[in-house]
Amino acid sequence: MRQSMKAAASAILLSGSLAAANPATAQEEIDFLSTQLRPIEEAQKVRDVILEDFDGSVNYLVEEPPQFDVRMRAEGQAGKRTIDLVGALHGELQPLATTDLDTIDDVAAKLTDRGIPPGLMELGKFGTGKQVYVPWMQATYIMVARKDALDYLPQGADINKLTYEQLEAWAKAITDDTGERVLGFPAGPKGLMHRFFQGYLYPSYTGGVVTPFKSPEAEAMWTAFKSLWQYVNPNSASYDFMQDPLLAEEVWIAFDHVARVKEALVEAPDDFVTFPAPAGPKGRGYMPVIAGLAIPKDAPDRAGAAALIEYLTRPETQITTAQEVGFFPVVKAELPADLEPGIKLIADAVAKTQGADDALAALLPVGLADKGGEFNKIYLDTFQRIVLRDEAPRTVLDDEAKALSAIMEATNAPCWQPDKPSQGACPVK
Amino acid sequence: MTRARTSLLPYLLLAPSLLFLAALFLVPLLQTIGLSLTENGELSPANYQRMVGDLNFVPSLRNTFVLVLVVVPAQVVFALAMATMLQKLRLGRDIVLWIWTIPLGVSDLAAGLVWLAILQDRGYLNSALMALGVIDGPTPWLTYETPVALFFSVVAAEVWRATAIVLVILVAGLQLIPREYAEAAEVFGARPWTIFRRITLPLLRPSLQTALILRTVLAFEVFAVVYAIGGRNFPVLVGEAFVWQTDNQNTGVAAAYAMLVVVISLASTVFYLRALRTPPEQQP
Repeated sequence: MRQSMKAAASAILLSGSLAAANPATAQEEIDFLSTQLRPIEEAQKVRDVILEDFDGSVNYLVEEPPQFDVRMRAEGQAGKRTIDLVGALHGELQPLATTDLDTIDDVAAKLTDRGIPPGLMELGKFGTGKQVYVPWMQATYIMVARKDALDYLPQGADINKLTYEQLEAWAKAITDDTGERVLGFPAGPKGLMHRFFQGYLYPSYTGGVVTPFKSPEAEAMWTAFKSLWQYVNPNSASYDFMQDPLLAEEVWIAFDHVARVKEALVEAPDDFVTFPAPAGPKGRGYMPVIAGLAIPKDAPDRAGAAALIEYLTRPETQITTAQEVGFFPVVKAELPADLEPGIKLIADAVAKTQGADDALAALLPVGLADKGGEFNKIYLDTFQRIVLRDEAPRTVLDDEAKALSAIMEATNAPCWQPDKPSQGACPVK
Repeated sequence: MTRARTSLLPYLLLAPSLLFLAALFLVPLLQTIGLSLTENGELSPANYQRMVGDLNFVPSLRNTFVLVLVVVPAQVVFALAMATMLQKLRLGRDIVLWIWTIPLGVSDLAAGLVWLAILQDRGYLNSALMALGVIDGPTPWLTYETPVALFFSVVAAEVWRATAIVLVILVAGLQLIPREYAEAAEVFGARPWTIFRRITLPLLRPSLQTALILRTVLAFEVFAVVYAIGGRNFPVLVGEAFVWQTDNQNTGVAAAYAMLVVVISLASTVFYLRALRTPPEQQP
């Protein structure tokens, strides 16, 4: 009844005519709720292209992560599930794992031929031994530079093996010559700057994220980053997606999530080069972003959801996903040679990042539940205070470390990679 | 019997609106008070402590107050001047009023985006200045490095957006003042400035009170315009409530900010009600 009413309602909306509201035409839809691929263009590609060959009807819905969490819990508590399949990041599914998500070993058992790396499959179990989600797609963060910037690359520097010192020297050379600050970071209100600190800067300089938060290495790191910031465009504090300032030539060298530079690369692939983020003394920190597919407990259409998981993890669907929205396969799938040039630029940088000798993977925070936002705030506040408000790094780190410690203890979240495993709450030393 | 029914009738007619307000205003207000005063289900001042201890608390409080103190008086002065000029018009008065009130029809976020388009690095302002040869290249106005320019950008946008509401109230107030007073004063040789100060302004007091209460309360709630133009570079109280709710996912601290805004708004209303009170014998 609910399904047919909703179908009827959307039919009215779509056609703008009551005549089309014939409940007989309504068919059983699989409700697929995702926190990923939310922007209207991407959601439309999911509906029109990626799901096109699926044998069945899918209602693709999107929700921002906090609302997603609230909705899942609320439906669980009310005992009234409306969603059949969810797609979300590893860290967003984790808090729901035991309370709201079904175990799907039966679904996973049918996907053994897909060649999903065992490490990735293991992540989907959250250490419970039971499959909670099946990996869906992956992404990461890369650097993008306008080709004009290459002339200023310091002598002897290999763009694919840059260090943070070399990045600073590079940006300085451009500023010295042009008078403009052309390095860019997504530090705006909706930007992903906190991931740069958690997945790139901290691991590269300290080998951890939480435990060495206020270590001498961290202090040296912030001092170095502050020095680098002299060559950063001050509008960075307003940038959410780096593709726009890159296209506008306001920024020549930028760091961002692949999905947030994609538009620039697809629009003008000949103007840009892509490369891995720089390395620090402890390695080349990078953050793999894994999205997974899970089935809520008591989902109205579990069989339909399982079929949709099977479809979404097919190599050909995964390749289409990469081509359309710039998230990369988790299964064994050869990306075609005639990949769109912009997507190829992303794929190359992702491969170089993962394949770097000194690559140091830093996972998204795990186990913070609804404290994830405040965890991010600590890194952003530390940045704000040290770099933008000129406070002494030592004082700020000691201060913020207390707040960080409080969050870790309140959630009792154990350390995650690359911090060393802990018994109980991850310590801040 | 009939008497009783007549005296009940107004209350019966008011009941739906009262219930509506109670359900959609009082209940959420009480819930917000509850949220702000509890932590993990226990009564605690923790949310207020976190609010006060946050790095953006003092800047957002300062920014909001300075903004109100600059924007509201400016708007009242502009609106008074515009309303008085409008009175002298014989022809085209309606068209002028209509054009002046256009910003009323624009949502605040849209207004903020309009000003962002003007003021950003490659916006209209910089293009114009470059064409005039005043600046060589794109000059940033809205960054953390240019707090003064950023502040006046927000002021300009707010004045542009919300002066019209003050204007409308004052125009209505001016129309209520009988012409005879001014004419009588003219007979005794009063100059226009004296008439304005001694007759128009005092008689306009009730309208001014309404306009000031409305504008001040709304100015303390300023958010969308600031968010569009300044983002995180110009924290204000309501903006912080929004950030704590959506980004930091901490409803308790967001509720504490909301309560702070409520208290400030109530205090300013009480202040205006007392400061601009019109004794009954002075009312026209």
